[in-house]
Amino acid sequence: MAEKITIPIGPQHPSLKEPACFTITMEGEKVVNAVVGLGYNHRGLEKACESRTYIQDLYIIERVCGICSHAHSTAFCQSLEYLAGVEIPQRAAFIRTLVAELERLHSHLLWLGVGAHEIGFDTLFMYTWRDREKVLDLLATLCGNRVNYGINTPGGCRRDLNDEEIAMIRKAMNELEEQVKYYTELALNDTILAARLSGIGKLSHDDALRLGAVGPVSRASGVPDDVRAIDPYAAYGIVPFKVITDDHCDVFGRAVVRVLEMQESIKMIRFCLDNLPSGEIAAKFPRRIPAGEVFTRVEAPRGEDTHYVRSNGTDKPDRVRVRAATEANWHAVRHMIEGDMLADVPIIIAAIDPCYSCTDRSFVVKDPLTGKDKQMDWGALRQYGIDWYRKERGVDPSRIPLPGKRFY
Amino acid sequence: MGRGLIRRAIDWGTRKSPWIIHFNAGSCNGCDIEVVDALTPRYDLERFGMLQQGTPRHADVLVCTGAVTLQTRDRLIQIYEQMPEPRFVVAVGTCACSGGIFDGCYGVVGGIDAVIPVSAYVPGCAARPEAIIDGVVKLLTALKKQQKEGPIVVKAEGDEIVKAETLSGEVVYEKDKEEVSQ
Repeated sequence: MAEKITIPIGPQHPSLKEPACFTITMEGEKVVNAVVGLGYNHRGLEKACESRTYIQDLYIIERVCGICSHAHSTAFCQSLEYLAGVEIPQRAAFIRTLVAELERLHSHLLWLGVGAHEIGFDTLFMYTWRDREKVLDLLATLCGNRVNYGINTPGGCRRDLNDEEIAMIRKAMNELEEQVKYYTELALNDTILAARLSGIGKLSHDDALRLGAVGPVSRASGVPDDVRAIDPYAAYGIVPFKVITDDHCDVFGRAVVRVLEMQESIKMIRFCLDNLPSGEIAAKFPRRIPAGEVFTRVEAPRGEDTHYVRSNGTDKPDRVRVRAATEANWHAVRHMIEGDMLADVPIIIAAIDPCYSCTDRSFVVKDPLTGKDKQMDWGALRQYGIDWYRKERGVDPSRIPLPGKRFY
Repeated sequence: MGRGLIRRAIDWGTRKSPWIIHFNAGSCNGCDIEVVDALTPRYDLERFGMLQQGTPRHADVLVCTGAVTLQTRDRLIQIYEQMPEPRFVVAVGTCACSGGIFDGCYGVVGGIDAVIPVSAYVPGCAARPEAIIDGVVKLLTALKKQQKEGPIVVKAEGDEIVKAETLSGEVVYEKDKEEVSQ
């Protein structure tokens, strides 16, 4: 039996750009235990949101993450629109969808490059990042900024599309389609990529459901979990698309899902341009929002992104809670690393497309009776919720079926 | 006092081919991807001889993004101390320059200059690759000037600066005297 060695990786490490510390215990070359240390990016922006007005909060929420900023701002705006009872115009819904798909396109291209870089395939990294510039050019023209677009506002969008911009997007989509086809062929048929990525970071269908994986990670394990399809928002109820799933259950499957999703995104962008309704782009939105609470979700490029907002009737929120996709995927990562080789760890971690600035939220559960910190497992938390609703609201939520049973 | 051949060779190397290390001190990722963007084909920072390194011990320039959080504060100091002299810090993005939108959050210490000395500031949210290249090129220009004149050696007692002089022995500042020269 080989001796066990513990290696700390991070917080500053060459493979990923963001700080996180992985404490990996190994037996020989095999990983037997992994501890994910997070929190290096914890800035306290949920608390910051509580002391600012809703419009100021929007700018903070956009900066939760620079890569999926549109997903975050869409979720936040949706929450506010629901609380205020405002419906956004159709044109705004289409523009939101268009920008969301452009964002998905750039994020997946970025991932493909980073993933290729992790396995030493730097040529592909340079290729995808070159093509990603085309998408960023479009976003800069449409929204005015390459990153942190700022196109969403409560009640709609801040900028309209003109014919010139539409023509520009169409031209760029034609160019990108060629490239994405090339990447698809590369991902599906290239022997080197297949040999390197197949069989590592295994996550079975049952494990994906049990560990609560979201986004491309769960879709690569055969779970058709896509918020755009199961809980449509913006214009996703109108725009036709296919939920891409794959049954490889490994890093290769995740690459295939992302590449095929890029093709779907291009089709969806074209549909949005063809069927763009005319009219207003923003509805009038009140400064103060009536008291209430809301929980919304959107499909960010990395998976399900949920926002919880509680308002108290003033122009500032009472509580804002952000749970981004990467946060849901960490349990799965730990499961995937264990049993694999050390050399596979960077690509397995990169395969969930980790985003630490999205993840680093913190919360403390205090027992109201004793005032001490309290931790619950999933079953106890569900039972606590059921008891609370029975006592406070007089409803019995235990009869509501779990989403897992309804959708999959 | 003339400088040695090895010193001149190191100066020339730093000027012609500065190796950079990138550290995210609590950024939203926006500036990080723009820094990486600057290294990829459209902007191609490598044509200035810049190469990204994985370890601080091989790097001349520390490119920092994001407001410094309480958790990364000590790591940032560690990384800075591991870098060999002469070392330079470029703060990329508004958050890195001043704390930006996150200034005042409970988890944020402030800009990069609240923790380590910064040589160049590149504002912007997110800082565009053009701006990052411009910032680094300006840093190199300043570096050339500094190398010509040599660094200033500061002697201090506690927090108070007692004497500052250039390598050639010219006194720039002395505590009890009037300011000698700039």
